[in-house]
Amino acid sequence: MTDSHTGPFIAAIDQGTTSSRCIVFDRDGRIVAVDQKEHEQILPKPGWVEHDAAEIWRNVQEVVAGAMVKAGARRDDILAIGITNQRETTMLWDKHTGQPVHNAIVWQDTRTDQLCKQLGGDVGQDRWRRETGLPLAAYFAGPKIAWLLDNVPGLREKAEAGDLLFGTMDSWVIWNLTGGVDGGVHVTDVTNASRTLLMNLEDLSWNEEIAAEMGVPLQVLPEIRSSSETYGTVTGGTLGQLLGGVPVASALGDQQAALFGQTCYSVGEAKSTYGTGTFMLMNTGEKLIHSESGLLTTVGYRIGDQDPVYALEGSIAVTGSLVQWMRDQMGLIKTAAEIETLAASVEDNGGAYFVPAFSGLFAPYWRSDARGVIAGLTRYVTKAHIARAVLEATAWQTREITDAMTKDSGVELSALKVDGGMTSNNLLMQFLADVLDAPVVRPMVAETTCLGAAYAAGLAVGFWDTTDDLRANWRRAAEWTPDMDPDVRDREYKNWLKAVERTMGWLED
Amino acid sequence: MAKHIQSLERAAAMLRLLAGGERRLGLSDIASALGLAKATAHGILRTLQHEGFVEQDPDSGRYQLGAELLRLGTTYLDVHELRARALVWTDDLARSGGEAVYLGVVHQHGVLIVHHVFRPDDSRQVLEVGAMQPMHSTALGKVLTALDPVAHAELVDAKREPFTAATVTELPDIEKVLEATRAQGYATDLEETWEGVASVAAPILDRHRLPVGAVGITGAVERVCRDGELRPELVAAVRDTARSVSRDLGAKPF
Repeated sequence: MTDSHTGPFIAAIDQGTTSSRCIVFDRDGRIVAVDQKEHEQILPKPGWVEHDAAEIWRNVQEVVAGAMVKAGARRDDILAIGITNQRETTMLWDKHTGQPVHNAIVWQDTRTDQLCKQLGGDVGQDRWRRETGLPLAAYFAGPKIAWLLDNVPGLREKAEAGDLLFGTMDSWVIWNLTGGVDGGVHVTDVTNASRTLLMNLEDLSWNEEIAAEMGVPLQVLPEIRSSSETYGTVTGGTLGQLLGGVPVASALGDQQAALFGQTCYSVGEAKSTYGTGTFMLMNTGEKLIHSESGLLTTVGYRIGDQDPVYALEGSIAVTGSLVQWMRDQMGLIKTAAEIETLAASVEDNGGAYFVPAFSGLFAPYWRSDARGVIAGLTRYVTKAHIARAVLEATAWQTREITDAMTKDSGVELSALKVDGGMTSNNLLMQFLADVLDAPVVRPMVAETTCLGAAYAAGLAVGFWDTTDDLRANWRRAAEWTPDMDPDVRDREYKNWLKAVERTMGWLED
Repeated sequence: MAKHIQSLERAAAMLRLLAGGERRLGLSDIASALGLAKATAHGILRTLQHEGFVEQDPDSGRYQLGAELLRLGTTYLDVHELRARALVWTDDLARSGGEAVYLGVVHQHGVLIVHHVFRPDDSRQVLEVGAMQPMHSTALGKVLTALDPVAHAELVDAKREPFTAATVTELPDIEKVLEATRAQGYATDLEETWEGVASVAAPILDRHRLPVGAVGITGAVERVCRDGELRPELVAAVRDTARSVSRDLGAKPF
C-alpha cells in the first residue's frame, strides 16, 4: 500500500460556475489535496447571471495557496498547473489596469436571446453551424461580447482602440497567473474557443467574417492555442512568490476536461456527467462530424501540435434538477438520495412516464414550445412509480442522445463512462445500462474534470509521456451490465417516445 | 392503577399542546393551559429545551416543537444517503488499499451490501450491491452485531452455519469475539466465510454515535494478510475511512 504522497505533483485549477477549486494530483492520478471557495452569483434581472471576475481571481489565488498548504507541497514539488473552467462565461478587462470593465456574463445568462435571433436573420439559428458547429444560442460567448460592447458606455471605443481584452475564464486566469499587466499572456485553448461561435472548427482560427457580423473587433480576441502546452510561467503577485516559474500548461472547458480525465482517447469513447443537467461527449477523432440530429460539434482537445480531436456533444437540461424538484417543489422526498429508496419500493414505473421538458426539449429535438408532461397516469400509480419515472427519464434522455451520436458518427457506443453526483444512484445506473444495452462504468476518481486538466498539463511538461500512461491510471470503481429483456426495452422506449411527443406544441405563439 | 411520574406526564402534555393548534406559545399560555405554576412550567420547558424537544424563539421568547422531536420519528438513515456520503471515501480506500470495498447494513438477519467498489485492477468483477452476507462470520456482520442490539438479538436466534473450519458458531465463543470487536473498534474475518478470503471492517456511526453501517475491505489472504493477521496498515485505512464517513454524517470526532 502506498498511502503517503510525495511529490512531484500537478496542480489543477477548476474555475467553475459556483466555486473555484484547486486539486493537487500525484503521478498515479490520485488526489493529494483539495481547496475550494464559492463566489457570489449576481442576479441583476430575471434571466441575467453575472460573476465578479476580480473576486474569482482572488479566490483562485487563495485556493491554489490553500491546496499547496494542505498537500504540504513546496514550489519544486509542483511541475505544472492546469486549468479547466466553466465554459462560455464571458468577460472583458482593461489590459493596462488589469481590471474587469464589467461583471462577467455567465453561460446561463439569457440576455443575448434577442440578439441571437437578430443575428440568425432569415437563416435562423443554424446560420453559422457549418463553420462553428454551434447553433446561435444565448449560451455562447461571441454574442455576449457584442452585448457588452453595445450596452456598456465607452467599451466599444476602448475595444477599437485596442485597450480591452476578451476572455473566457481560462484566458482571465492564465493572463493573471502569467503576470497580468506585466506581460501576462492573452491566450485561450481550442476547446474554449470552440464555444464562442467565432472559431472555425476546420482550421481552428477566428472567423473574421462572423466576428465582423457580430461586431466583435479582432483585437480583443486571445490567441488560440492547444489544450496542452506551456503558455507561460507563474509570474508576479502572491502566487509568484509561492509558485514563481511553474509552467501554466493546460486549459480545457469543463466538459472537455472530463472527457480527457475519463481517458476517452479513442474514437467512439464517450463520457456522460450527471449533475443538475447532463453533458455527454463522444470522441469522434480527427474527423469533424456535422450533426444531422441536433448535436453540437465541438473540439474535444488538442495536445500540443498534434491533430485536434473533435467531439459530438449532447446535453440534457434537467436530470439531477428533476430529483431536486421532487424534493423541494413536490416534497415527496427529504434528500436527493431518497429518490432511490422510493423508486426501489416498486418493481416498475406502473405505466407512468415523466418528460421534464421544463424549459423545452434540447437535443435531439430542440423544441422550445415543449413543456413537461407526466403521461400514462392511472389510479394504480403511486408516488413510488413517479419516483421511478423520474430516474428513468434521465436514462431515456441519455439513450436519445446516444442514438443521435450513433446516427451521426456511425460508431456504436461500446461502453459509457459516467461521473457526477447521480452516479451514486445504483438503480439509475443499472437502468441506464439496461436501456443503452451497453455497460456503464464509473471511474475511481470522481473528480474527472480537474483530473483532465492535470493530465493535459502533465503531458505538456513530460510528467506523463503519452495518453497510454494516463489510461493505465484509470481505475474502474463499478460497472453495471445490461440485464433487460430486449422486448421490454423496445416497448418501454416506444412508450417514452410517445410521452415525449405529448410535450410538443404546448406553448402557442 | 400504577402511579405515574408526574413531571413526565406534564412534559407530555406540553408537547401535545405545542403540537396542536397554535404552533408557538408563550410561557404564561402554556402554564395556564395546563394549570401549572409558571415556575413549574418553566422548569419542564427548560429540560425539554435542553434535550432538543422544544425550541425557544429568540425574538418573541415563545416556545415551539424542537428539531430533535422530528428526528426521533425518522431516526433511520436512508441507505442510499449513506452510499452517497460514503462514495468518495470508499473510492479512496479501494485505491489506497488495492482491494475491493464493501459497505453493509443490518437487514433481515444478515448484512445487506449497499455499496461495492471494485478492486482497482483490470480484473473482471461483478457489482454485488443488493447481495446478502452472513452476520456471524463476516467482518461487516461482526462489527454490526457488536454494536447494534437488534442485530445482536437476531444473531442469537439465527442458525449459525459453519462455512469453513474456521467459522465460529457457538454463542459463547461469538460473544468473546464481539467483546473483542467492541474493545478494538474493528472486526476481522480470517477465512471464516470463504476459504482463502479475509476481510476487516469498522463501524460507521451517526451523530448520536449509533451504528448505521459498516465499511470493510475484502481480499485474498495472500494479499491482505501478513503472518496470519490482517495487515495493520489495511486495518488503519479501513478505520480511517469509517471515521471519515461518520464525520460526514455528523458524528463527533472519536
